[in-house]
Amino acid sequence: MSTTSPENSGGRWGALPILGMKAGKLTATIAVTFFGLLVVTFLIGRVVPVDPVLAVVGDRASKSTYDAAYLALGLDKPLYHQFWIYLKNALSGDLGVSVLTKKPIIEDIARVFPATLELATAGILLGTITGVPLGVWGAVRQGKLADQVIRVVGLVGYSAPIFWLGLLGLLVFYAKLGWVAGPGRIDIAYEYSVTQVTGLLLIDTAMQGNWAAFVNVLAHLALPATLLGYFSMAYISRMTRSFMLAELAQEYVTTARVKGVAEWRIIWLHALRNAAVPLVTVIALSYAGLLEGSVLTETVFAWPGLGQYLTNSLQNADMNAVLGGTLVIGIIFVGLNLLSDLLYTVLDPRVRRRT
Amino acid sequence: MSAGVSRRDWLLSEQPASRRQAKLGQAYRTWVQLRRNKLAMVGLGIVLVLVLAAIFADVIAPYDPLSGGDLRTARLLPPSWAHLMGTDDQARDIFSRIVHGSRLTLMVVAMVAVIATPIGLAVGTTAGYFGGWVDTVLMRITDIFLAFPRLILALAFVAALGPGIENAIIAIAITSWPPYARLARAETLTIRNADYIDAIRLQGAGSGRIIWGHVVPLCMSSVIVRVTLDMAGIILTAAGLGFLGLGAQPPQPEWGAMIASGRRFIIDFWWVATMPGIAIFVVSLGFNLLGDGLRDVLDPKAAQ
Repeated sequence: MSTTSPENSGGRWGALPILGMKAGKLTATIAVTFFGLLVVTFLIGRVVPVDPVLAVVGDRASKSTYDAAYLALGLDKPLYHQFWIYLKNALSGDLGVSVLTKKPIIEDIARVFPATLELATAGILLGTITGVPLGVWGAVRQGKLADQVIRVVGLVGYSAPIFWLGLLGLLVFYAKLGWVAGPGRIDIAYEYSVTQVTGLLLIDTAMQGNWAAFVNVLAHLALPATLLGYFSMAYISRMTRSFMLAELAQEYVTTARVKGVAEWRIIWLHALRNAAVPLVTVIALSYAGLLEGSVLTETVFAWPGLGQYLTNSLQNADMNAVLGGTLVIGIIFVGLNLLSDLLYTVLDPRVRRRT
Repeated sequence: MSAGVSRRDWLLSEQPASRRQAKLGQAYRTWVQLRRNKLAMVGLGIVLVLVLAAIFADVIAPYDPLSGGDLRTARLLPPSWAHLMGTDDQARDIFSRIVHGSRLTLMVVAMVAVIATPIGLAVGTTAGYFGGWVDTVLMRITDIFLAFPRLILALAFVAALGPGIENAIIAIAITSWPPYARLARAETLTIRNADYIDAIRLQGAGSGRIIWGHVVPLCMSSVIVRVTLDMAGIILTAAGLGFLGLGAQPPQPEWGAMIASGRRFIIDFWWVATMPGIAIFVVSLGFNLLGDGLRDVLDPKAAQ
């Protein structure tokens, strides 16, 4: 740990050069990590037992067609040269063509991504809204019944397979009780009444004033979003609890109590404000984690997003699509990490002063 | 009775006569502390049941896990005394399949731990001990692996290697080691400048000998706690791969794959998909409780 020097503080604007330097350093790190991501996906692509030429020309192609495609794919070149081609293509947004949909993978991903984004965002909102207060409550009532109950609820979230809970949810809330709509994002009856602008159906339907479709979309979203929200709630509440416990043990809390500040002010305004800084990282990480959870959730709920695209491609040995999807998720992961690092710097003056 | 008391005294002795006595005493103290944590004991119980079920699967399971009964009369029967958890669409007894499936679950967890822990230890201690560019290169590689969400990377690996339980194990192991490497590196950094390391170096020990003989053993306990905490995650990842059809292949009684096959009839025959899910849930809850308890005892600072 580096030491803090008081003369280095220089107010809010004094932090800017340091923020800039930090951003520069982070950009270099990101570049290296991105390069590494490409190496990993490239190497995975090379060990696949699927013949990439056959995937393009089909298994009934003549020898000459096969050879032409072989050369066109650059498979006769040495490995490092092939990687160079892959790198150049990837940097210009060309991740190859999907065997399944016959479209460029980047287009496919752009098409399916809003569905995943809508689901994960709804999930993280629910998870944060419930997780933070529960974590605070658990910390305040440490060791009491409420704390134990919250802990057990969280542990169940950690331990249950998400796809299994999804199936049970469909069984109970859709098939038996009929409270929510079934698999998919929207009923076919409404599907063609909505013009996709952002691809986020809740926003699209609301902007077009199509409230019947809006309600339908909400009914479809409710169950998978609650499920993802529950899983992120488990993580967020646990971390909130431990950050709050650390803050409540600080001397400024004792001082505030001695001064007679109301307990709710101490908890929600003083302690939580300080705990909020590391919480930002936690929330960003679980947002990224929901992208991972979406692979299984989307399979269960037939949700036409990135996760389902990935599993469909997997089952059809569409390696370009699988690796493209993996790469995009990796990039989002790295991006969210970067964002939370930068937010950390903005929110916490102590981090700002460290160089 | 008196023999028991004296054994306890021997274990708790302030002046252990041998290294073995000191180690056993340390283990005993840990155990006494752990025993006080009721939830951890529940977790330990669940893990023990899992191990026993795996060992005695042939004795416990009343039916064959792979070949079913009469397809005309024994398909999709609800839970009853004859079939505690009902039967599936192949007329196989679900309870027997779950009991046999515990072997697969345990194998996955054990194999992943056996493969990933040494990789993580080797990378982490080497990076921490040498520092400099070795550290930078190794940690950068570690970060790249950490940059992928675990299940997604495992998916890509299984897609490349082909579905199957062995490949699922390899894929999960490849995606599991980075956190262990980070942890081992952090531990090594605190150890490497210790006087006794200098002393060994002055005696002429090479880097390899110092790392494997003196650094790795000290990093071991915290890494093991971390692995225990990860086991629930490993089980869930393996089950997820199985559910997607990329892990164990039919007719193997893998729990995730069993949920996938029961998914088609979930509305009319709920037990087919529900029962294996309960098994996954209970076992991973057991590992979580045990891991939490172990961390509280062995690493009180992190537990707070």
